Amino acid sequence: MIVFWILAVVTVAGALSAMLLRNVVHCALALTVAFAGLALEFLRLDAQFVGFAQILVYVGAVAILVVFAILLTRSSETPQTGVFSRTWLAGLVVAAAVFSVLAWAVLQSGAALPHESAAPQVTVAEVGNALMSRYVLPLEIVAVLLTAAMIGAVIVAMHEKKEAK
Amino acid sequence: MANTLDQIFVLLQHWILSLLPVWLQPLAGALLSVIAIIVVFAALFAISVLLERKGLGRMQNRIGPNRVGPLGILQPVADGIKALIKEDVVPYNADHVVHFLAPILLVVVVFMGYAVLPMGRNMTFVPMDAGLLFYFAMGASAELSVFMAGWSSRNKYSLLGAMRAIAQMISYEVPLLMSSVVVVMMTGSLSLDKIVAVQNQYTWGLPHWFIFTPMGLAAFLMFAIAAMAETNRSPFDLPESESELIAGYFTEYSGFKFAEFFLGEYVAMLSISGLGTTLFLGGWSAPLEVLSFVPSWLWFFGKIMLSICVYIWLRGTFPRLRQDQLMNFAWKFVLPMTLLNLIVAGLWRFLGEGWLRWVVCSAILLAAYIIGGRTGMKSEHFGPRSYRYAE
Repeated sequence: MIVFWILAVVTVAGALSAMLLRNVVHCALALTVAFAGLALEFLRLDAQFVGFAQILVYVGAVAILVVFAILLTRSSETPQTGVFSRTWLAGLVVAAAVFSVLAWAVLQSGAALPHESAAPQVTVAEVGNALMSRYVLPLEIVAVLLTAAMIGAVIVAMHEKKEAK
Repeated sequence: MANTLDQIFVLLQHWILSLLPVWLQPLAGALLSVIAIIVVFAALFAISVLLERKGLGRMQNRIGPNRVGPLGILQPVADGIKALIKEDVVPYNADHVVHFLAPILLVVVVFMGYAVLPMGRNMTFVPMDAGLLFYFAMGASAELSVFMAGWSSRNKYSLLGAMRAIAQMISYEVPLLMSSVVVVMMTGSLSLDKIVAVQNQYTWGLPHWFIFTPMGLAAFLMFAIAAMAETNRSPFDLPESESELIAGYFTEYSGFKFAEFFLGEYVAMLSISGLGTTLFLGGWSAPLEVLSFVPSWLWFFGKIMLSICVYIWLRGTFPRLRQDQLMNFAWKFVLPMTLLNLIVAGLWRFLGEGWLRWVVCSAILLAAYIIGGRTGMKSEHFGPRSYRYAE
């Protein structure tokens, strides 16, 4: 329980500072802290695959992508004015609405599922077996989608290069 | 006797724990393993630095360090004292918090990888079901610390070095993962202990190491290349190329923080050698069945140090790559080869026992290597270097 509270505080603090800090790169690093906190939370729940995938994908790749995007698109100078946008009230309402829908869905899901006496033990091997047998079609569809997205990205990049010449 | 010697560290840990009260034992056991890992690999770091300075010296027709202690073997101690008592200079404009955190994060993340490496029989700190996944998750986090170091220094060379390093690490992480997947396909497990156990069998006194299969050998070569790039070692040391970038992302680090980066680099090198050993070279298993009486940990550390010697040898032999060569090599040659290797590994599984699969798999890989290499070389234009300037 103590571990949960430490992780929760770290995660929420990371997410909050990602929102409130002025320097964009600091925000990106704080976001990474939130990602890592979430990953540890998954590991604490014995979801090894999700936890490690979270670190591998979010901390290893998405954070780097965010950082690259910041450095390549705009200067990472600290803005002098405040960091709140003018439509912060509308943003807050939208965020609260999304959060309440998600929370409602999570709280309702307990009734929809059959009651299980013990927490299920999901090992990485079982996740792999399930992906390769029962869920092989969704997996393939996602793979095709990602490949298409990658080819699309390459084509976009190539097009720009030709015009520049 | 041989068995006792093999398990000597495990027995030692049990003996120390038996002196403590029961409630303290789990915590003390973990602490003991962590201390052992840190001490052993810090010592290996010192040895490999000395080996590198001596070996490189010989390769470059120099003598190398020979002043401190007999034959210069106390040089790492002197280096350590120098790093500790040097002034810690932080640039005025630097982002102090991030600048301070970057080397610490690197060292922590790099040492975390050792948690899952089996260093001998029953000598894995955390025998995890998804050990390989854990290792790569930790390896991916190291990129962030490189970025933090380069960005927080507020130095254009540092930032350039960091960007190069991250681009290189991301590009070579893909082949690194892909070549390891071959081993996972052959064992059917992500657990490093299981991978070693599968390789620790003998036919006619010869081991079942994965390097002795066609796709295992191909995967090992690509793994070695990718590992060298991942640890920013020469010939892939563009991120820290002294002549162009004045040491890249750790230009602005001095004193102990610089030592931390240095430690991080060497410990990462030792750790990835350990992973390569575990995946392809049979981990702690003996190379011949008759040699099984030698303690398992001795084999593991011997194999690691042998890999370090190869690293040093390559550093003394090869010139540094250019950025475009580096990227082309990763994406146009190594990555397609690893993908083909995955298909070959599947083929190996379905061709069944017998000599046929050896011939077919070797032929496919060899043909792909020759054709890929030839076409790749043809499109390269070897001539005087041309420069294109930004408009």
